[in-house]
Amino acid sequence: MNQAPPSPPSQASQVSPAPQAAIPSARAKPHTRPATPRWFALLGNLWRLLTTNRKIATGSGIVGFFVLVALFGPLFVHESPLSYTLTITQPPSAAHWLGTNQSGQDLFSQLVIGTRSSLFWSFLTGLIVVAISVTVGLVGGFFGGIIDDALSLVTSVFLVIPSFPLAIVAVQYFNHSTLTIALVVALTNWPWGARVMRAQTLSIRNREFVTAARASGERAWRLIFFEIFPNEIAIVAASFITTTIQVLLAVAGLEFLGLGDTTTVSWGNTLYSAYSSSALLQGAWWWFAPPGLCIALLGSGLALLNFGIDEIADPRLRELKRRARSPFGKALGRLWNRSAAPAEQSEHGQSAEGGAA
Amino acid sequence: MSMMKLLRRGTPQPTATPDTNSHPTPGAVLEAVHLRKYFPLQQINPFGEPRAVHAVEDTSLALYEGRALALVGESGSGKTTVARLLARLYEPSAGTIFFQGAAVTKGRLYEYRADVQLVFQDPFSSLNPVHDVAYHLSRPLRLYGYARTSRQVTEQALELLNRVSLTPADQFLRKYPHELSGGQRQRVAIARALAVRPKVLLADEPVSMLDVSIRLDMLNLMLRLKDEEQLAVLFITHDIASARYFAEETLVMYAGQSVEGGPSDEVIQRPKHPYTRLLINAAPDPDRQPTTEAPPARGEIPSLITPPSGCRFHPRCPHAMPACRERFPGRTDLGGGHWTRCFLYGEGEAATPARAPSSTPAQVEAQQTP
Repeated sequence: MNQAPPSPPSQASQVSPAPQAAIPSARAKPHTRPATPRWFALLGNLWRLLTTNRKIATGSGIVGFFVLVALFGPLFVHESPLSYTLTITQPPSAAHWLGTNQSGQDLFSQLVIGTRSSLFWSFLTGLIVVAISVTVGLVGGFFGGIIDDALSLVTSVFLVIPSFPLAIVAVQYFNHSTLTIALVVALTNWPWGARVMRAQTLSIRNREFVTAARASGERAWRLIFFEIFPNEIAIVAASFITTTIQVLLAVAGLEFLGLGDTTTVSWGNTLYSAYSSSALLQGAWWWFAPPGLCIALLGSGLALLNFGIDEIADPRLRELKRRARSPFGKALGRLWNRSAAPAEQSEHGQSAEGGAA
Repeated sequence: MSMMKLLRRGTPQPTATPDTNSHPTPGAVLEAVHLRKYFPLQQINPFGEPRAVHAVEDTSLALYEGRALALVGESGSGKTTVARLLARLYEPSAGTIFFQGAAVTKGRLYEYRADVQLVFQDPFSSLNPVHDVAYHLSRPLRLYGYARTSRQVTEQALELLNRVSLTPADQFLRKYPHELSGGQRQRVAIARALAVRPKVLLADEPVSMLDVSIRLDMLNLMLRLKDEEQLAVLFITHDIASARYFAEETLVMYAGQSVEGGPSDEVIQRPKHPYTRLLINAAPDPDRQPTTEAPPARGEIPSLITPPSGCRFHPRCPHAMPACRERFPGRTDLGGGHWTRCFLYGEGEAATPARAPSSTPAQVEAQQTP
């Protein structure tokens, strides 16, 4: 990457008879900028990673859009999402893009500002869950013995705690803050990832390169986090995304039941107020449809990312990518074949004719 | 050319092989005395007799500065276990390892590994696929304090790559293992071992996974390093020809027992133990006259969980005698440092009693390796 291309001068001279003076500068050029190509290559790799797989491209597009909205959306919203106005229960119009609710609050600004809180809590909780499960799985799987037995026991206990009912109880008992919900969801969701990580670590810790690193004098924590862990990044990413989906749904679900912090603006709270004001009976679809669609869209975007990571991480799935698997894909494939086959035949026919002539 | 030079090298002076008392041989850098390793098996029946794999049985060897000892034997003979015992990836079940005359005790692995390094058999699995060459070389450099800044690391990594003849070195620094060929990977693995500046290099079949066409290159590289750095090398191989080419001394192992040893030329040209003869007959040699001297041994390497009693080679040995079944003979000195453990050449000194291990695994069980 950072070495000089073998012979730029000769290429230049092949293309056009370049003047002699140009040759030294062409040769000197790569040496003057050693760091930039690596940066470009990294960016290029990232771009290729995001674009080669269709699922990843779509998924990251959707998730990226919501992230942008969460980051910059509130800058473009001038109306306070919670201020009461006299224009109540209005359908979408130029003044209120997504209409207003029964209290005259602007639903578009609620949606945009709610994006931030919904996304923030989902990703934060996802991160906490992944941190716990990765640590527990790696440590248990690597050390084995009593440590592994103890951690496995704890994991199994937490595995059978029902997440949603516990969250309902905890929220009633402590307070209706999103933090409580996030903590409960984190506490009940980490065992799945931990088990997967443990299994993977068990398999990787006996690989020769780990033994080699140990023989060259590496300490246990380096072996765990620098030799084994980088080999499990795909699983970690997948587990992070899965957890984020779960958290997104759990938080929205609890808020929908009115167990969230009703003073904040979020998708779940909008759904709750729509439900409690019987928006459905009023036919105010613009009240509950947009936040519901956003949750579904973000969820499917994350799921697509997850599938895409699976495909990239597993070479066998990479092979399968070309084949159509869904009925829709199969139909597309058949269409494609039908349109491609005659063309091929006619081409052959033409060439045969040409040969005969 | 270098081959001829190597073969003409004078026979090394006979080295006193470690004697039976646990005292270090003077001059040896690394020495193993009566090394044993049993791997306990999972018990299904809690009342059954504890069982174990008897991987290494009473092996003694010594490594000297600037010289190589070849450890020869077929798969499952315990060669790799010996290397890993010496690298202290496993704790020995019995026996002592001496490093520069001092008995190695448990712990203090960091200090030990600053001097003793292991090169693995399979370069396709001994490098981490997610790290590049620069990372692999930087770790030992940083661990043992030879380089602190990333500039020093790069400088020394380039120098290491040049030393193992991976040139142009700067092109290899940013490469990942999957971008390298087997030979190039093994060179990186050797460079990683050299980065520690060890006194002892344990090479566990370093060429057996490589293409035949580059084996000689690798052997020559290791010979050069051995001479330049005055390394004490343990060279493990199943190819007796490369043992002769590479090492001054050879030790032959069969099913965990060391059966014959001495100067390589002596052992290979005048093999005494029936197993060594079998091994040498198995190596293709266009110049050798077909011999009908001994009928070829039959069968294959025995189970190491329930090994044959006495000499473990007796079920396959064409010269087996009743005594072979009962006990393993002691070492018979044949002169010039050449020795064997076979009743054909006498009882040997201090013959070991038949199958000592059956009582040992119990006390050994606790020492399961990490």
